[in-house]
Amino acid sequence: MAYVVPRPNLTWKEKIYLPSIVAGLAITIKHLKRMLKGETKVVMQYPEEKWDAHMPEHYRGAPTLVKDEHDRERCVACQLCEFICPPRAITITPEEIPAESKFAKVEKRPKEFEIDMIRCIYCGLCEEVCPEQAIFLRKDYAITGTTRAEMKHDKAKLYELGGVMKGLVHKWNPKK
Amino acid sequence: MSTETAAPVQMLNVQVDGVWHQFPKGTRVIEACSQAGKYVPRYCYHPKLSSPGNCRMCLVEMGMPKMTPDRKPVVGADGKPEIAWIPRPQISCAQDVAEGMGIRTDSPMAKECRQGVMEFLLINHPLDCPICDQAGECRLQEFSVEYGQGESRFLEHKVKKPKNVELGPRVTLDAERCILCTRCIRFMKEVAHDDVLGIVDRGSYNSIACHPERVLDNNYSLNTVDICPVGALTSTDFRFKMRVWFLKETKTVDVNCGTGSNITIGSRENKIYRITPRENNDVNGVWLPDSHRLNFKYVADAHRLHQPTVKGQPVEWRTAIAIAAEVLKSKPSEQIWLLASGRQTNEELFLTTRLVNALNIKKQHDILPRNGTADGLLIAADRNPNTNGAKVLGLTTSKPGGRLKKFVEGVRAGTIKVVITMGEDLTKAGLTEEDLAKLDAIIALDILPNKTTPHATVLLPASAWVEKRGSMINLKGRLQRLNRAVNAPGEAHDDWEILRDLIQAVSGSNGLYMIEDVFKSLAAEVKEFAGLNLSKIGDLGVQVIQEKTPEPEPAEAAK
Ligand code: SF4
Ligand code: SF4
Ligand code: SF4
Ligand code: SF4
Ligand code: FES
Repeated sequence: MAYVVPRPNLTWKEKIYLPSIVAGLAITIKHLKRMLKGETKVVMQYPEEKWDAHMPEHYRGAPTLVKDEHDRERCVACQLCEFICPPRAITITPEEIPAESKFAKVEKRPKEFEIDMIRCIYCGLCEEVCPEQAIFLRKDYAITGTTRAEMKHDKAKLYELGGVMKGLVHKWNPKK
Repeated sequence: MSTETAAPVQMLNVQVDGVWHQFPKGTRVIEACSQAGKYVPRYCYHPKLSSPGNCRMCLVEMGMPKMTPDRKPVVGADGKPEIAWIPRPQISCAQDVAEGMGIRTDSPMAKECRQGVMEFLLINHPLDCPICDQAGECRLQEFSVEYGQGESRFLEHKVKKPKNVELGPRVTLDAERCILCTRCIRFMKEVAHDDVLGIVDRGSYNSIACHPERVLDNNYSLNTVDICPVGALTSTDFRFKMRVWFLKETKTVDVNCGTGSNITIGSRENKIYRITPRENNDVNGVWLPDSHRLNFKYVADAHRLHQPTVKGQPVEWRTAIAIAAEVLKSKPSEQIWLLASGRQTNEELFLTTRLVNALNIKKQHDILPRNGTADGLLIAADRNPNTNGAKVLGLTTSKPGGRLKKFVEGVRAGTIKVVITMGEDLTKAGLTEEDLAKLDAIIALDILPNKTTPHATVLLPASAWVEKRGSMINLKGRLQRLNRAVNAPGEAHDDWEILRDLIQAVSGSNGLYMIEDVFKSLAAEVKEFAGLNLSKIGDLGVQVIQEKTPEPEPAEAAK
């Protein structure tokens, strides 16, 4: 459907531009003064200096896997995150927990868990869908590598980044 | 189910949710509701088993026509009989419809009943969905969402029951997830005729168990996994391999015997994870033997042939075909023999007949019979899935394997010098490896190495049954369709393409570019296929041979 955009009716002040130019210059000069006085810093020396301290609580960095305080890997390889992940970054190979393990009662865990960080868009859906509170987007944002293979985070790497997460629901504890 | 039989079936007037319908006499109330478009949730009811009516999920309101004191139905303002509703809900799975019956499937009472039943079923149910193989195809999940109340009021401790129990070599039981619908018990008793399952203990400790001196090792045990509405019975082979929602489902037919059971292949990213039966009441009902459904691992074998070879050296397809054609053309036709296979599809068999004609080797061909014992249920004695196809296309006689004796004699006498084999191991046809070494040339199509392949002059890697499209005729004369679930490995080709190229190389172009073209020629030349094409066969197949072909006698084949 055609949609007519009405042209704004400019006043003569607006038409001659000069006041706007003056106002713009004023801002520039204000910043110049501040810089000369050392009040503003223009360049941050990344990566020596980082913005990390200012990162908000809800910041979504790289997805990671976490263990609980009993050193149990929380992921049970339900593959829901693999299903929900929009760019299909996650690949999980499930396996049965061997009967000798002290967590045998949980029955299932990932044999391999891989997140392709070239694909990941840091959307956080995996964290949201996880029924086991096992995957969290932590604060790491500087995920780099020199090869594609390096950019694939395997299970070991994901647990290394994720570490231990305390205070989560313990539905597998024998008491409940 | 509504029937179209000519015999007069009495039709009964039944009101479902206020609308009058007609159903044939003998229709179950639950089925009548489904036919009227009102699905009634159910756990224990299974159309192929008896109805114990124990889960109570199918409760509906029912009523019969109101009667005047002189037993005449009271007719309402709309000219239809008025219904006197029974004050308590009734199960719909154990009763047939009656004249003038009224059913309410979505009344407040029916809805409340379902909520109540769901709540009771879930009080002791574990929170296992994330690790439960049934998740995604679980009736308990589905009905919870649809008919449940969304939260639990149960504060007590849940009853603990045995988990991860091996009921048999192929079935794992999780008693906590069981809703005691007894489908598995009834299946083993009524269909498999091997009454090994039962319920032990009382009250909330009720639990499914196997007879103490037995294990659930029947060759039909995995059907209990299919019909278990929850994740209590799971397949040990499929356990924790893949979530079901990732599986691509391919409708095809089983090739382990002449029954041609209809199946669904579940695969993901070119890997097959499981095979389940597909309903076809003219063939296998809804069942499938374990031995058939688990026989798919060889398809993904690391030793699959994936590169054409000439005398063991990898070559390009073009070279391999050219050399094969040269070999065939260089010999007089009396010296060539062709061993076809009852595992080939009709399309491949048809092209094989063309090759036979091109080489002019009439009567110098047969198939290898495969005989076992029939189990009286779904496994046929003839273990070739397409013996009838080979008969119809004339690649074998009414006695499959009857020419093999002469073939073996011919090879030994040195009159037969070149053998073409369509995926069969020649040592199974009666030849020894020494005999093979004496032959001038062997041209073999196959998918896996066997005793013949090392002797093959030209070895052409072909496709397994899950990797191709085509059709087969089962022992009852039903033409059924195979579909591709996964791709063939490496450079392996579709069998029909290999045959086409070979025929082209031997006798010139034939204008066949697609499997549909092959079927078109087949339909034009062979009367059994007249008027058909691959899509007309449909998912359930069509009967093409009317008279029942007797099964070949086992054991007396030339060996
Ligand atoms: S954050 Fe989003 S894109 Fe990245 S792994 Fe999770 S679901 Fe996939
Ligand atoms: S959703 Fe959670 S439990 Fe499931 S596979 Fe992903 S991380 Fe593991
Ligand atoms: S049986 Fe169904 S509801 Fe129960 S744990 Fe398994 S998937 Fe979940
Ligand atoms: S194991 Fe499954 S089929 Fe058998 S009674 Fe329990 S829920 Fe029903
Ligand atoms: S389905 Fe009717 S009682 Fe179970």
